[in-house]
Amino acid sequence: MGQRVLLIEDEPNIIEAVSYILSRDGWTVHTHSDGETAIEKVMQGVPDLIILDVMLPGRSGYDILRDLRASAETKETPVMMLTARGQAKDRELAIGLGATQFMTKPFSNAEVLESVRALAGS
Amino acid sequence: MISFNLLVLVSLLYVAFLFIVAFVAERRAALGKTGWLRSSAIYTLSLSIYCTAWTFYGAVGYAARSGLEFLTIYLGPTLVMIGWWWLVRKLVRIGRAQRLTSIADLISSRFGKSTGLGMMVTVLAIVGITPYIALQLQSVTQSIAVFAASSGEIWAQRDLDGAAMWVAVGLAVFTVVFGTRNLDAHERHDGIVLAIAVEAVVKLFALIAVGVFVVWGVAGGVGATMDLIDASAQSQWAPSPSRWIGLIFVSGAAFLCLPRMFQVLVVENSDERALGTASWAFPTYLMLMSLFVVPIAVVGLDLMPEGSNPDLFVVTLPLSEGREGLAILAFLGGFSSATSMVIVATLALATMVSNHIVAPSWLTSRTTGAAVSGDVRGVVVASRRIAIGVIMALGYIYFRLSGGGTALAAIGLVSFTGIMQVLPAMIGGVFWRGANRWGAGAGIAIGFAIWAWTQFLPSFGVDGVISQAVFDNGPFGINWLRPHALFGIDGIDPLVHVAFWSMLLNSGAVVLVSVLTFPNPLERLQGAQFVNVYDYSSDARVWSQSAAQAEDLLVMTQRILGSAEAQAVFRAEAQMQGKSGFLPDVTPDFIGKLEREMSGSIGAAAAHAMIGQLTEGATVSVDDLMAVADETAQIVEYSNQLEAKSAEQERTARALQEANDKLTALSIQKDAFLSQISHELRTPMTSIRSFSDILRDGEVDGDARRRFAGIIHDETNRLTRLLDDLLDLGVLESGQVQLNIAEGRLADVLDRAVLASGIDETRVSISRRANAEAVTLSTDLERLSQVFINLISNVAKYCDADKPELRIIVRPMEGQLVVDFCDNGTGVPEESQSVIFEKFSRLEDEGKAGGAGLGLAICRQIMTAIGGGIAYLPGQGGAAFRVTIPTA
Repeated sequence: MGQRVLLIEDEPNIIEAVSYILSRDGWTVHTHSDGETAIEKVMQGVPDLIILDVMLPGRSGYDILRDLRASAETKETPVMMLTARGQAKDRELAIGLGATQFMTKPFSNAEVLESVRALAGS
Repeated sequence: MISFNLLVLVSLLYVAFLFIVAFVAERRAALGKTGWLRSSAIYTLSLSIYCTAWTFYGAVGYAARSGLEFLTIYLGPTLVMIGWWWLVRKLVRIGRAQRLTSIADLISSRFGKSTGLGMMVTVLAIVGITPYIALQLQSVTQSIAVFAASSGEIWAQRDLDGAAMWVAVGLAVFTVVFGTRNLDAHERHDGIVLAIAVEAVVKLFALIAVGVFVVWGVAGGVGATMDLIDASAQSQWAPSPSRWIGLIFVSGAAFLCLPRMFQVLVVENSDERALGTASWAFPTYLMLMSLFVVPIAVVGLDLMPEGSNPDLFVVTLPLSEGREGLAILAFLGGFSSATSMVIVATLALATMVSNHIVAPSWLTSRTTGAAVSGDVRGVVVASRRIAIGVIMALGYIYFRLSGGGTALAAIGLVSFTGIMQVLPAMIGGVFWRGANRWGAGAGIAIGFAIWAWTQFLPSFGVDGVISQAVFDNGPFGINWLRPHALFGIDGIDPLVHVAFWSMLLNSGAVVLVSVLTFPNPLERLQGAQFVNVYDYSSDARVWSQSAAQAEDLLVMTQRILGSAEAQAVFRAEAQMQGKSGFLPDVTPDFIGKLEREMSGSIGAAAAHAMIGQLTEGATVSVDDLMAVADETAQIVEYSNQLEAKSAEQERTARALQEANDKLTALSIQKDAFLSQISHELRTPMTSIRSFSDILRDGEVDGDARRRFAGIIHDETNRLTRLLDDLLDLGVLESGQVQLNIAEGRLADVLDRAVLASGIDETRVSISRRANAEAVTLSTDLERLSQVFINLISNVAKYCDADKPELRIIVRPMEGQLVVDFCDNGTGVPEESQSVIFEKFSRLEDEGKAGGAGLGLAICRQIMTAIGGGIAYLPGQGGAAFRVTIPTA
């Protein structure tokens, strides 16, 4: 059984696409689509990698990231941020908050796979 | 015999020549070539308008009647020009400093710019001068009549009147043309001045020519003339000292007060230095004018038939000797004397009338406050022209009424004593700071009354205005008010009588009333300016060697200019004096320089007062304080203006700040909007890209491939819709939307909308009322339908009831049609109701509905565009929207 990836994203089509390519690459993909309950979901079983969207219903991805970095269990967990607002200041904000990787939508499948492999391997 | 027509022709040519002279002078002046035009020679010659027809013709008549007494008329001005030269200079200086335009202006300005005094002097001048103008017309017509008679024509009074009228009209035209052309502050008339200077030469030349002819051509040389004089009755004449002195005083006073004299002496003066020349040249001119008066009179009395008018000897003597050419020259001399006087007198009076009667009345009659200066100018010029005509007409009417009977000299003296009543106020005003308007007014009024009662009214003759009984017993039997024996003192010469009493009471009133009353501040200020005109107006105010220490001066200067600048001034001066350091010697030059520097900061009066205190230990006088106060008032005014300006700037800054805030807010909104659009566009693009990558890799089975292609297809549609909405909203927001107005039934529009919304009517039940919907609308039906579609599909997307229902309720309300869309879901939370019509306000938990959050924003724009509205209806159980459609 491969490493576990938790995808927190609210767009069903994007969930489906990312799940498809990661599963095909041998990852175990869990998904969650609500911001408010995302931390609880993470704490149920800390994954090897978290892919986190910024614009989530209920709670923003930045807030979730801040909580993750504040908690001992998830302090070292690699987090890859996804955002559709590809401005430089969004990237700075994400890195500043402790994101391991930052990716702007739309992305190619190859990019995602490459990043996920690199992060999970580190 | 000389042709009368020739005389007329010569006169006309002469007048035309004068027009040309005046015109050329005006042109030169307009081009700035005023060189010799304003020379002291021209100035002196222009003063000769003192010598009118009265002097030209009347002096001979005067001499024929009263011997050497005529000389007094020349002696008065001579004494003024030689002995009182400093008074004339002071008047000229004041006139220039205060930009005075007339004698009335002088009195009015001195006494606090009093309108009443200005009017008073103007009226006095008109009453006094009108007979004088009539006198000139009379002398011209009389001399014309002489020629007419000599050519065999007998002139009726009617013809004389006609001639006088034409002369008056001609003079009025000349004065209007050259007297009211420019209206500058100094009221200078180069054309008129040059014309009267030319006339001065003509009349002097003519009189001397006649005199030379009489002495050498008729009497047979100087010796023979002397013998003739010795044998005449004139040599027996013994002067009455009181009358002699009285006449000299009256003519001297008149020389200063006559409006026409003030005009040439002060107003037309362009250079004070010309006065120096005039002080000897003008008396010389007068002496030449008087040189041959006695010989002409004596020879005339000797040769001419008994009863001929001695006033006309100057013309009749050459004529009787057959010298027509000389007679015509003499006529032109008299004509020149008369016309130059009438022109300048009329001009001066018209200026007074327009400035002191018309302009003040006009300004006070205007309730709208400050007048536009252009208006005033127009009024002044027009009134001046009209006044010239009216004054000329008055002179002509007086000429007609008086019938030409009185001897010329008598009329002249009446004028002189009348206008002389201004003298006490003028002298008092110029030399005594205590004189005030009440004193001046009282003096002029009393003097005017005495003059009118004792001389002007009696001049119409016994039983003319005043009856013999009044002359003998006084009005109403009041003995001491007899016109020629005021206060019961009999036996004084009438002229001395009027001069003595009017001057005594006039001056007494000026002094007494001034002492008993108080001047207003402006009067005090003007009084100081007039009396101390040399202190105030001179730029070359020289400080005497002073006791001031350089240190003291430096301290004071630093207080006013600031340390750095003050030290710079002192150091520069020290260097100029070849000294090191920054304390120069205190020279008068340096003090003058300091005063100029300081007056730039604190005003001239304050600077003068401060320097004066330090350098000469002078105490600050009341006048200095007044001047300081005046300047301070100006500074306060100025600083108020500055304050107003800075308040204005503050307002502008605040407005700018607000605009900036607004722009910043707009910019933030724009960033948020772009960020939103970016998100809305990138999200479907992400799915499309990802799935197309998967399909391209090719390891997908048939079902999955179809499914992924379907997703790509849907997301592409979503992108297209989003772009359509954005473009639509852009058009609507810019207000450039093209409405396509058409008629249609509301029911049809709703039918189409339900169909187009794609709502599943088996899942959502829609209730409508056909009756209410049977309304015809005239609006953009497509756009309205777009709103309905949006609202109906929102129900399909967002209504969370188990069995969704939509009620469409239509009813008229307040002249409009109201369409409510109500569903049975939970509705929009209260805190969100206010934002749902904003762009991208899609509530987050409704994100899966597939819209970009632009629908309601578009609806609102559409309804605004077609003149209706859309609003959320709270408290209806579910989500409820009300669309309002105008029906008119």
